[in-house]
Amino acid sequence: MKYLHLVWAGLFRKKLRTLLTLLSVVVAFLLFGMLQSVNEAFRAGADQARADRLVTNSRYSIIEMLPIGYLPRIESVPGVRTVAFASWFGGSYQDRPAQFAVFPVDPARYLAAVPEIVLPSDQAETWQRTRDGAIVGKSLAERYGWQIGDRVTVVADIWPKSDGSNDWNFEIVGVYTSPDSQQSEGALLFQHEYFDEARQFARGTVGWFLVQVEDPDRADEVAKAVDALFANSTNETKTQTEKAFAQGFARQFGDIGLIVTSILGAVFFTILVLTGNTMAQAVRERIPELAILKTLGFSDRAVLGLVLAEALLLIVLGGLLGLALAAAAISAVQAVLAGIGVQGVSLSVVLMGMAIMVVLGLCVGLPPAIRAMRLRVVDALGGHQ
Amino acid sequence: MSTLIEIRGLTKVYQRGKQKVEALHSVNLDIERGDFVALMGPSGSGKTTLLNLIGGLDSPTSGSIKIDGQALEKMGSGALAKWRAAHVGFVFQFYNLLPVLTAQRNVELPLLLTRLSAARRRQNAAVALQLVGLADRANHKPRELSGGQEQRVAIARAIVSDPSLLVCDEPTGDLDRETADEILGLLQTLNREHGKTIVMVTHDPKAAEYARRIVRLDKGTLVESEAA
Repeated sequence: MKYLHLVWAGLFRKKLRTLLTLLSVVVAFLLFGMLQSVNEAFRAGADQARADRLVTNSRYSIIEMLPIGYLPRIESVPGVRTVAFASWFGGSYQDRPAQFAVFPVDPARYLAAVPEIVLPSDQAETWQRTRDGAIVGKSLAERYGWQIGDRVTVVADIWPKSDGSNDWNFEIVGVYTSPDSQQSEGALLFQHEYFDEARQFARGTVGWFLVQVEDPDRADEVAKAVDALFANSTNETKTQTEKAFAQGFARQFGDIGLIVTSILGAVFFTILVLTGNTMAQAVRERIPELAILKTLGFSDRAVLGLVLAEALLLIVLGGLLGLALAAAAISAVQAVLAGIGVQGVSLSVVLMGMAIMVVLGLCVGLPPAIRAMRLRVVDALGGHQ
Repeated sequence: MSTLIEIRGLTKVYQRGKQKVEALHSVNLDIERGDFVALMGPSGSGKTTLLNLIGGLDSPTSGSIKIDGQALEKMGSGALAKWRAAHVGFVFQFYNLLPVLTAQRNVELPLLLTRLSAARRRQNAAVALQLVGLADRANHKPRELSGGQEQRVAIARAIVSDPSLLVCDEPTGDLDRETADEILGLLQTLNREHGKTIVMVTHDPKAAEYARRIVRLDKGTLVESEAA
């Protein structure tokens, strides 16, 4: 710590140059923080997927519906414990596409097949007997200030009602929690029965089945058996692990991971070149000063450490500022990003960012630091280096 | 007085491209503790090379250089750096202060290599600045000081860790006569009243008059040693 003022003074020797470089690092890590948070949100579905659950949907497209009559046949497959189902509703809330998931489900079946969501039993009972009842995740309820007893209207964009109206009005009868994943608390679930009776078309169909198996090791076998049931029918199925389903779902938007990695790779490469050049130039200009430090008794290692510390300080300072700005930016557009599950800059993104900062700092700082370390005092003082 | 610096058969050869340049040739010299020696000679005579070797900034090609019983030629660069920090203060023609630090921080630099607390470092630096008459300029950066004041700060930096030896390379080469006399007077005080051994390279015969002894070099060889 006693060298901090020396490192700081060296870093800000040319204030404008350092500030501009710092700004570029801030922007790089701002991008990193935001893009990596989005990437993480897309991956989260797959990461949180359970090994004992399969998803059966149409073989040809996720938007093709399946007959609800498939349910007892899937249930009859050996190794299947329970079956639930859900459909994609979409819709708009407050004149904007809903920034949360809306699924019509069978309450009892869904709660049994998805034990990671926790709903008090009295609320589950109320939901079961309330035709237009809906339950919402705790974080979603907090975001919109919803409370039990409130009525919420979601405007359908693909599911008009049989009376021609697009307004689906629900009474919130429960607030569920998901202790392992705040992201899973971002959905509104309502009665499939109400949905099926009130919708204008496609009655008797569902979007996908959630199949809980007895033994996760036999999941593949069960999946094949389910698909075999409906082979060569008009509605062939594709059964896969929940993880594969989540990955496929995320891929509808493109390979987010690849896109994010490509953008960040280009950004960090630019930063590497830019900051590397700045540091090299800064050390070149200060050769006599570094020689003086050596003259006074600073060892080769101490001089290497000082230059390296400058590079690390520049990158870490800019990086942390960038991540803080990313957190602030995500918070500012929370309503938009929450729809894809982005809750903020997570600890894992911060840790990954810090690891990148250290690697970048070392890459940028080591070449000039080694040059400074190898400096011969007599040559440097005599202007020969 | 006892011998502080003992130089025997000191030779320094530089490799400049394919050419070998002998900067010093078999120099023998003793400097007593508390002495003030002016090294004089024409350009290229080897004065600065000898000074750098005495200051532990360079290693000889052959020969030996013992300072207070320690053979510098046997030390590696790390050991030499530690030795310099503990035993030598440096004063240069162009002051060589760090422009981004205040006078106080510049003077504190050698103390960063000690175990002294921050408060003690500050205190010692303040005393050194007071000794050179610049207590009121402690918070000024080098660009806010005159040449003479910068050199005083450099002298404060050289003495702050209380070294026994001061190595000065043309300390007044960039100063006017009046300021040069002030600086030389200060060095003389450090020598006479504080017992610092001083080895000073100079071209200036008037500056050499402040020393107790003048050592002349020519073409890398010691040609004369006389009382000033």
